[in-house]
Amino acid sequence: MARIYVPEPTEKTILYVKDLKTWFPLRRGIIEVLRRLPRRYVHAVDGVSFQIEEGDVFGLAGESGCGKTTTGKTIIRLIDPTSGVIAYKPRKRLLDEWAEMGYEPPVIDKLGSIDLAKVPSKYLKPLRKEMQIIFQDPYGSLNPRARIYDILEEPLLIHGIGTREERYEFVAKALEAVKLIPPEDFMRRYPHQLSGGQRQRVGIARALILQPRFIVADEPVSMLDVSIRAEILELMMELKRRLGLTYVFITHDLALARYITNKIAIMYLGKIVEMGDTRRVLENPLHPYTKALIAAVPDPDPRNRHILRELPIKGEVPSAVNIPRGCRFRPRCVVYDNTPRIQKYCQTIEPPLIEVEKGHYVSCWLYGEPEEIIKSLRK
Amino acid sequence: MPEKLLEVRDLKTYFYTTKGVVKAVDGISFTLNKGEVMGLAGESGCGKSTTAYSIIRLVPPPGRIVGGKIIFEGKNLLDMDSEEYRRKIRWKKISMVFQGAMNALNPVYTIGDQLAEVFMIHRGMTKREAMPHVYELLSMVGIDPKRAKSYPHELSGGMKQRVMIAMALALHPPLVIADEPTTALDVVVQAQIMNLLKKLQREHGISIILITHDLSLIAEIADKVAIMYAGKIVEYGTADQVYLNPQHPYTKALLNSIPRIRGEISKLEWIPGQPPDLIAPPPGCRFHPRCKFKMDICMKEEPPVIEVEPGHYVACWLHAKK
Repeated sequence: MARIYVPEPTEKTILYVKDLKTWFPLRRGIIEVLRRLPRRYVHAVDGVSFQIEEGDVFGLAGESGCGKTTTGKTIIRLIDPTSGVIAYKPRKRLLDEWAEMGYEPPVIDKLGSIDLAKVPSKYLKPLRKEMQIIFQDPYGSLNPRARIYDILEEPLLIHGIGTREERYEFVAKALEAVKLIPPEDFMRRYPHQLSGGQRQRVGIARALILQPRFIVADEPVSMLDVSIRAEILELMMELKRRLGLTYVFITHDLALARYITNKIAIMYLGKIVEMGDTRRVLENPLHPYTKALIAAVPDPDPRNRHILRELPIKGEVPSAVNIPRGCRFRPRCVVYDNTPRIQKYCQTIEPPLIEVEKGHYVSCWLYGEPEEIIKSLRK
Repeated sequence: MPEKLLEVRDLKTYFYTTKGVVKAVDGISFTLNKGEVMGLAGESGCGKSTTAYSIIRLVPPPGRIVGGKIIFEGKNLLDMDSEEYRRKIRWKKISMVFQGAMNALNPVYTIGDQLAEVFMIHRGMTKREAMPHVYELLSMVGIDPKRAKSYPHELSGGMKQRVMIAMALALHPPLVIADEPTTALDVVVQAQIMNLLKKLQREHGISIILITHDLSLIAEIADKVAIMYAGKIVEYGTADQVYLNPQHPYTKALLNSIPRIRGEISKLEWIPGQPPDLIAPPPGCRFHPRCKFKMDICMKEEPPVIEVEPGHYVACWLHAKK
């Protein structure tokens, strides 16, 4: 019996997401308004479910526009979800602070999780001490007119942490933690006086200064030279071990994901098409899209010059406004073309994520018995 | 005996900024035969794009080519005045696919108009005469000729890049320089573009200089590889030599820093520090501040270029001693 994926949180689960949707409304033209046409949406995240255990490096991978960044930003409430559940197990510190503000979030399961999707925006501020983000662009994400000291002190000021001397200590420690040594030297500098790698270290220090435990890293090394990426990644992993962090690692680079994530979800047009242990997914990809993505990754082997790369995929990513009916990957799927037995399902019903081997999920009608799956879907 | 198409000898291109002279390209030499593909690799700021702009003679001010020779089909291109170069060489003989090509197209003209312009200017055709060539070019790069009426914003990134490649190939130049032709494209599209370049290169026997920071991409197509660091070529040889038997510590470290999707997961290496400021590069070997194997001499004297095996050159004191 095919098991349809639903998060099964345990004691170790730090966050799980159920059927999360983040849609962005399109502006309607005057004609659309007059003709009372319905509002249209960009379905950036269109029903994803997954769970993250404490200490995981959970990879969200896919091409640009697949919704990986929107997913990452939604689960820490930098973007408001349209619907769905974001269940998070808070630390006592967060609950205490909320209690002080007079907010008591309802507990939604027996593990003590609360639904972040339902937290009113005026209570989000304390959440920033729990969950932080490292941005992709170390050039654009630091204020060019602020010194490194001011950039790192700002979160402390906003959250009213420490006296002036204590804040200085915190900033110095954070700089030391990301190996910008001696810290006194770097505090005085402006972002333009740092290299790309050093700036990204500042970005990491800023994310860590409030001592969060859950970090969304949005392509943290994609703007850096290949030769220094490993250094930043190693630093992130060391900090994770030392501070007991959990990462969501957003990347388009599957080869990179292979080295640092332990679980991975491959996204396509706002949906997770395949999910599981990173090694399993990348060494034994099941979804036609994952297969095509992996086939497209070049490797530094000069023998490749003699051959053309075979790419089992056609066409281009459709717009996230008009999602294809049935399986959203169908218009690009070459397996669909060659497999008449499943075509009627692909055309009409969105395949759910089902478990194909232990802990390895895929949403494709090629796997399992379609009729059976549809029966369990109806239940 | 392969026919020599391009020979760059001791090329120097400096930028005269208010802060000092930036020696972006500082004495590089290589040769390219007809029908050959060379990959030029290095970190950002190593001078690889400046090399390209020097060959096509479009170095932006305050940059200037201050020395060396660029011998193309037997003639030194640096002896020509810019008007002669424009009329005889640029686009007819040497063309370029620019970095960030997605934004290199004019947004207010259709791609058909922009492609036709090449023929109108260089071949003196009317637009009507040019259009059949435009359709042919578009189908060559895998775009439906009907799309000639499309504006750039109506095309995806991959299609715009195909248009840029079509434009570079319009006049059948023997040499095409591709400067980071796939950055900002997704992997699938990147692989499609690389396949296209490979196919066109084989069918038309063109030579390509592929400039990128991504050594994996160079391995997809290049016969020869030059590794640049801080304005100099530090290692140069056939693709097999450089990838399978790298000799310069910089090349080795670069190759070990690339995560791989296939095979064993070995620990990724990195190169500590950052590339030097090219206004005041370090004395001796420019790589020595970041090199694991540095010796006293590396800090004092610039390493000579050593031929470690036929056609495989390395600029490193580790080899000079042997």
